[in-house]
Amino acid sequence: MLPLLSSLRSGAPLYNEQVLLNKLTFANLGHRPVRTLLSILAIAVEVTMILTLVGVSNGTLHESARRARGTGADILVRPPGTSAMSSVSSAPMSDKLVDVFRAEPHVVMVTGTIVQPLELFDTLTGLNMDEFAKMSGGFRFVQGGLPTQDTDLIIDEPYAREKHLQVGSTLKLISREWHVSGVYEPGKLARICARLEALQQFTANAHHLSQIYVKVDDSNQAQAIVDSLRAKYPGYQIYTLEYYTSFLSVSSLGLLRNFIYVVIGVAMIVGFIVVFMAMYTAVLERTREIGILKAVGSSSGLILNMLLRETLLLAVIGTGVGILLTYLTQWLMVHFAPGGMTQETVYKWWPITGVIAITGSLIGAIIPGIKAVRQDATEALSYE
Amino acid sequence: MNETPIIEVRQLTKTYRVGEVDVHALRGVDIEVQKGEFIAVVGTSGSGKSTLFNVLGGLTPPSTGSVHIGGKDLSHMTNAERTNLRKDTVGFVFQKYNLLPTLSAEDNIKIVKYIGGHGIDFDAPFNEVLRLLGIAERLKHKPRALSGGQQQRVAIARAIVNGPAILLADEPTGNLDSQNSAAVLNLLKDLNQRLGQTILMITHDEEAASYAHRRVHMRDGQLLP
Repeated sequence: MLPLLSSLRSGAPLYNEQVLLNKLTFANLGHRPVRTLLSILAIAVEVTMILTLVGVSNGTLHESARRARGTGADILVRPPGTSAMSSVSSAPMSDKLVDVFRAEPHVVMVTGTIVQPLELFDTLTGLNMDEFAKMSGGFRFVQGGLPTQDTDLIIDEPYAREKHLQVGSTLKLISREWHVSGVYEPGKLARICARLEALQQFTANAHHLSQIYVKVDDSNQAQAIVDSLRAKYPGYQIYTLEYYTSFLSVSSLGLLRNFIYVVIGVAMIVGFIVVFMAMYTAVLERTREIGILKAVGSSSGLILNMLLRETLLLAVIGTGVGILLTYLTQWLMVHFAPGGMTQETVYKWWPITGVIAITGSLIGAIIPGIKAVRQDATEALSYE
Repeated sequence: MNETPIIEVRQLTKTYRVGEVDVHALRGVDIEVQKGEFIAVVGTSGSGKSTLFNVLGGLTPPSTGSVHIGGKDLSHMTNAERTNLRKDTVGFVFQKYNLLPTLSAEDNIKIVKYIGGHGIDFDAPFNEVLRLLGIAERLKHKPRALSGGQQQRVAIARAIVNGPAILLADEPTGNLDSQNSAAVLNLLKDLNQRLGQTILMITHDEEAASYAHRRVHMRDGQLLP
């Protein structure tokens, strides 16, 4: 019977006994501080790995959704053959469609964009600056203003901070020198924007668009308008902005979700191996002490209980340290890569990650625990 | 009328398998120990006395023969039953003290009291025993801060904290100088005389054995007549 249960049944002063067992647990962990710290750190890295991945996935997707909503549009039109979640890397739609959609009932504003992929997650977006300003309320510049030349572009603050750019800086994108004419507050469609006609020309996509944003007279009717547009323009991928941004979540992206599961699996295996190694060495080092406990009548349950207490303590502290380390990764991302990915603090994942770390650790302690329990007392007592 | 012996051993054998070879550590041992007796089992290294200690303490099962401790037959006990025997009936004192290095002297004793299911608080008589053992002032210290003699006295306190019927001591003075050896042996004698503690002590030292009521000698796994 486990000692906790036996104490409960016998009505013994439970508190003092648990204090004694906890004292032994702390003393054992304190006896090998380097191993204890390494174990905690390894579990913390496991936790940080999961929380950072989940935080970055959520943060980056939510930031994209926020920027999409920042356009002020109600409806998004994408080319045939795409989906809500596929990236747009070409400009197959004619810019005449802007006038076509503008003539539709309830449509009050339409503007088209061209999207040119850059490295990693960055894109250069071509906009009709006047139309976009009317639809979205305009950029709020912290430095400079709208492009006046074809080779001018505007960038948002996080991108400027990450790349150390300001008004007047030059940068090379798509094999061309660009001048920064303005730096704006984030949250408007894209991080790097240029004039629509210029980017169409530079990318040999004159009069072609990647996406079309539509604003209607009554946002509440957006879905009904989408339905009528779909019927009228079959093949085009037409969504309400609300529907489109709802897709920008981890749960909607099967591939990302699966990737997160894979990382969780790997992290759990890492935690398992670390705790297995730590506890296995602990059991080996403490062979004689386990022998002493067995000699004085300690049950297998008590020995297992002590090892599991140590493991649990390592896992709980490791989880706490891991959560703190997540703030460090967040800080690093804000200060060293603000224009790239965004990391959110996803509180609901704290307990989930804690359970993952504790489960992996407890599984890691099973085999060392069985080894400890099966040790022969006389052999253990003669162990040097 | 004679009382039932607290230890009764009949034709006890213990054979170990070491690689391909059978080692006959005990070859038909017969011994009886009465309650309240202080007996010394004397023998040289390899005589089988430590194996006898291990069997009597329920640390290892006998191969054949019968062993009754406090009326309980060890020969048919399961591991769990032998664990209970060590918890309830037998207390151990080892040559190397075998204290848990991470706990204080006090907690070393308390953990055994806890394992025995008697809570962790010392009662007044046991506090008196601690004073008798001369360790009442050293209880907060870790074993590494105690001398060999003090560690062995803590080990004795630990062995008797649950009031075992039998105290088994395996070379309790083996690691001590002559002054501390004498002190520890006098303490064992005191415990036997004042508390009526039954003690079976394993030793190779005739002088240590002279503290006991009775000595028996072992050689080649057998008690000498």
